[in-house]
Amino acid sequence: MPINNGQLPFEKPLVELREKINELQKFTQEKSIDLSDEIATLEERAKRLEHEIYGNLTTWQKVQIARHPSRPTTMDYIRHIFTDFMELHGDRLYGDDPAIVGGIAKLDGVPVTVIGHERGKDTKDKVARNFGLPHPEGYRKALRLMQQADKFGRPIICFIDTQGAHPGVEAEERGQSEAIARNLREMAGFQVPIVCVVTGEGGSGGALAISVGNRLLMLEHAYYSVISPEGAAAILWRDAAKAKEAAEALKITAQDLKRLDIIDQVIPEPKGGAHKDPVFQAKQIKEAIWTALEPLFQMDRDQLVYDRHEKFEKIGVYHTVD
Amino acid sequence: MLKDLFRKQKKYATIPSEQAKKEIPEGIVKKCPQCGNIDFAKELEKNLKVCKNCDYHYPLSAPERIQMVVDEERFFEFDSNLSSADPLSFPNYTKKLEADREKTKLSEAVVTGEGTIGGYPAVIGVMDSRFRMASMGSVVGEKIARAAHQAATKKYPFILFSASGGARMQEGALSLMQMAKTSAALEKMHRESVLFVSVLTHPTTGGVSASFASLGDINLAEPKAQIGFAGRRVIEQTVRQKLPEDFQTAEFLLKHGQLDQVVHRSKMRETLIQILDLHSGGRVDRADQ
Repeated sequence: MPINNGQLPFEKPLVELREKINELQKFTQEKSIDLSDEIATLEERAKRLEHEIYGNLTTWQKVQIARHPSRPTTMDYIRHIFTDFMELHGDRLYGDDPAIVGGIAKLDGVPVTVIGHERGKDTKDKVARNFGLPHPEGYRKALRLMQQADKFGRPIICFIDTQGAHPGVEAEERGQSEAIARNLREMAGFQVPIVCVVTGEGGSGGALAISVGNRLLMLEHAYYSVISPEGAAAILWRDAAKAKEAAEALKITAQDLKRLDIIDQVIPEPKGGAHKDPVFQAKQIKEAIWTALEPLFQMDRDQLVYDRHEKFEKIGVYHTVD
Repeated sequence: MLKDLFRKQKKYATIPSEQAKKEIPEGIVKKCPQCGNIDFAKELEKNLKVCKNCDYHYPLSAPERIQMVVDEERFFEFDSNLSSADPLSFPNYTKKLEADREKTKLSEAVVTGEGTIGGYPAVIGVMDSRFRMASMGSVVGEKIARAAHQAATKKYPFILFSASGGARMQEGALSLMQMAKTSAALEKMHRESVLFVSVLTHPTTGGVSASFASLGDINLAEPKAQIGFAGRRVIEQTVRQKLPEDFQTAEFLLKHGQLDQVVHRSKMRETLIQILDLHSGGRVDRADQ
């Protein structure tokens, strides 16, 4: 994916137009020639173009935004949404997996447990965090923190952003399957509110392992899929280059998942994606978390479990024949 | 080579006459995919479809498995009226489903029901890899979740034979969510203190291995069954090295603490009966003094 200055390929016409407007503005200042009419026309055109491009993003373009290197990560959202964050480390069994971060923080004064995939910022950080691909110990750390939240009656907020669970020899040896499976089962039974937000990539089981919530929210350009578009293309057409077509066929966008009744709410992003304005994005997420939490605060412990079970029991589309 | 001189070499291949062809119905003999040993299909069936020469466990269909494990004529099927839709209008999915229904005479990739094993009542599920590689879509997830609910309600142990390529790509995120749905159903069962025995058979991978199949109170597997989360090829590409021969086999999982036992097919029924007996509640069985 060629990116210049953080611009995605499909944004090129808009970027060029903006550059032109800037030039004209500079020219106006330097030569004191009035070009305001021309500038206004171009501004108008830029607005239309912006609307056209960002209003009709294809699935593949959304995937590119979800994977944008400057897209805010869990740590950004923790910083902007919560106060008093205290990171807690380790699964008490094997190690500490930095591909998943977690701890306790306050949401407008309310103590909550926060857990999320962390892809990392610069190259060194990314490598250290294995690009946000967790090992079993990451899921087991998440489980430990959730059990802790359950014990103390704290709501759990999860941020989902991973290509998937790490495919590797050690991960298999230490029970990647079991770690994911156990989280799915245990999350279903916690007696506290759980709100999950897919912020970027929702990569299959590795994403699902921290997203069995009462409410599942998704950013406007995030995606959630059973298999990566590249993986699906390789299986379907033996050609990973057909990822674009596969992405369409798999119906992976927030809008698709809303239609399929899998997610509860789509959280709007700034034009062009979360990376254009992380602070605004964090504010949107915070509002959505509160909207999701408020009705959950009215439920008692058993109702919370019942509510979560009911949510997942309903998911599925099939025929019943006589 | 010199020794070739002394070996009796077959020079002619006999072509069976039309008559002979008719007399040998198809599938009368089977060639073991592991050692190449040829056995009569009937003999093989008597041996529970295990190769006498190398112990290779042939894949079983769901009806075959039920026949081997459940008491005779003691199986009552659940939810055979559920069939897959094509919610994403995925290319070729409907056609593939129809072909597999035709081929297997099954409505979907898992058969669930209740029956008795050694006289002990149980809810039983068996996946059939002939149907879309027993991948889990909405119907598979729904049937397993319903079976777990039945087990929780009736307080019957739930015994589930897995064999699956993972989540069903053609149903997208709906398939993925079946992992959560089945695991949530097991959570409810778990809370009710109902026994869950997971038997992993070849192959159990991806989304099935990473959900209900790994959640047994007791996890058993058939010898040499391939079990794992990520595909072997994907891992090879990631680590850029050849993986050991036994990687992701049942024996590998046993060694790494992921299974309770690897059970030979000939011992499966009696092992299950023993487990059911051990969970059948307290009854003082001490011989009189």
